[in-house]
Amino acid sequence: MTRLLTPNLVLGAALVVLVVGMAALSLVWTPHEYAQMNMRDRFAPPSDIHLLGTDQLGRDIASQLMVAARNSMTVALIAVLMGGSIGVALGLLASAIGGWVEDLIMRIADIGFAFPALLFAIMLSAVFGPSLWVAVLAIAFINIPVFARVTRGAANVIWTRDYVAAARAAGRGKFAISRDHILPNVAAPVIVQATIEFAIAILAEAALSYLGLGAQPPSPSWGRMLSEAQTLMFMAPQLAIYPGLCIMAAVLGFSLLGDALRDLTDPRLTRSRQA
Amino acid sequence: MNALLQVRAVTRRYRMPRSSILRRGPVLTAIENVSFTLERGRTLGIVGESGSGKSTLARLIMAFEAPDEGEVLFDGKNLHALSSAELRLLRRRFQMVFQDPWGSLDPRHTVSWSIAEPLRATGAGEIGRRVDEALSQVGLRPQDGSKYPHEFSGGQRQRIAIARAIVTRPALLVADEAVSALDVSVQAQILNLLMDLQEDLGLAMVFISHDLPVVACLADDVLVMRAGQAIEAGPTAALISAPRAQYTRALLAAGGLMP
Repeated sequence: MTRLLTPNLVLGAALVVLVVGMAALSLVWTPHEYAQMNMRDRFAPPSDIHLLGTDQLGRDIASQLMVAARNSMTVALIAVLMGGSIGVALGLLASAIGGWVEDLIMRIADIGFAFPALLFAIMLSAVFGPSLWVAVLAIAFINIPVFARVTRGAANVIWTRDYVAAARAAGRGKFAISRDHILPNVAAPVIVQATIEFAIAILAEAALSYLGLGAQPPSPSWGRMLSEAQTLMFMAPQLAIYPGLCIMAAVLGFSLLGDALRDLTDPRLTRSRQA
Repeated sequence: MNALLQVRAVTRRYRMPRSSILRRGPVLTAIENVSFTLERGRTLGIVGESGSGKSTLARLIMAFEAPDEGEVLFDGKNLHALSSAELRLLRRRFQMVFQDPWGSLDPRHTVSWSIAEPLRATGAGEIGRRVDEALSQVGLRPQDGSKYPHEFSGGQRQRIAIARAIVTRPALLVADEAVSALDVSVQAQILNLLMDLQEDLGLAMVFISHDLPVVACLADDVLVMRAGQAIEAGPTAALISAPRAQYTRALLAAGGLMP
């Protein structure tokens, strides 16, 4: 069992616990009110009062990072859940029906793959105005084809199993078989993919907020903190370093966790690990 | 009264994947012009080497796929001409036992859930009682129903698969290599179970195997298949004592049953 605790899994899980912990804690407690400005206490160095110091408006950096973590997690969670459920449904449908319907769904997914997320978000904000919800929708949209493809690939394997043939012999329809047999058995690769997509969603949210298309002031976001710190790079580099480190920790954590979960659920790798 | 199962001159072809974008793939004829009739309560053994089309025949009888030519009549109804709703309702009367007891039970569901599946699909009542009854008919205990498939051995899992197949009280059971994945000692137990069930429930059975001695011990009639064609058919005793085809003799010799 100790072989299962790979460095990827341990480091990934630790970073995920750290970032999610930050986000969860911000729901009930932050060291300071995150939006509280104090012009006499600008650019304060780290101290007992301000753990990581204050920014150009005298706001507590640690509090902002915590609330930004919560915003980032919320965006990623909603986007991955939305994109994932639509994508999984489409993948199950494509696999269940087959033939030209499957081809059509997968070719549409290919077109979706070709859409750059940032361009799509810029397009959406041109129409609806920039907001966090635009970011959520854009990230959800790019997740749909990813989940559709993963689900359809795994589902096509499950459809060839004898227990699916037995369910057909039992007189069950394609919808019932998809729900009762295919979905539970494709859950493992889908969950792995969701973890990796979560990392990508965090990065996308940071990029959109950096461009001003995500979280709007005063709602804090790692990406916007980064862009606001840009003009102050030489005066107060720590303002860029802290949110940058947070983005790295979150993205690296979920990516490593996703990779580790994939390794654990991949039978070929399981065999080589036992050998 | 109609025969229970009539297979009339069925042919099934598969198109292989294309090797060039300009040419369509070659056509493989899995079964060609195979016919037989099975009366109620009787057992037909189908023997042949792998690739002889036995499993394709099972898939046609189970209406998992349709023949390119010919028809399959179950109780006088052409399975491949029924509406999907009619077919789903009729399915409770013909059930199947698969070769691999590890692949034929969904690992994510309890044994009771899997056995109840054919009942649930057709909206039958008293599901709990009938599942318990099916479990005891195959020699398992009712409390085994709450376990998951991985907690059982191969032979026990095949008993579970048989329980699922008989829970709707079918008239026909199709067993495709149902014992060939099992140890020899377990094979005998499962064969005895199938014979007992057949007697108790009045089942007709299509028993498919590559193993002629196994087929001979429970089939009333035997159909020998090779390369998609039925090359010899007849009552088991006659076929074994006086095989006409060279291939049947070879199968008998391979099984240690020389005439």
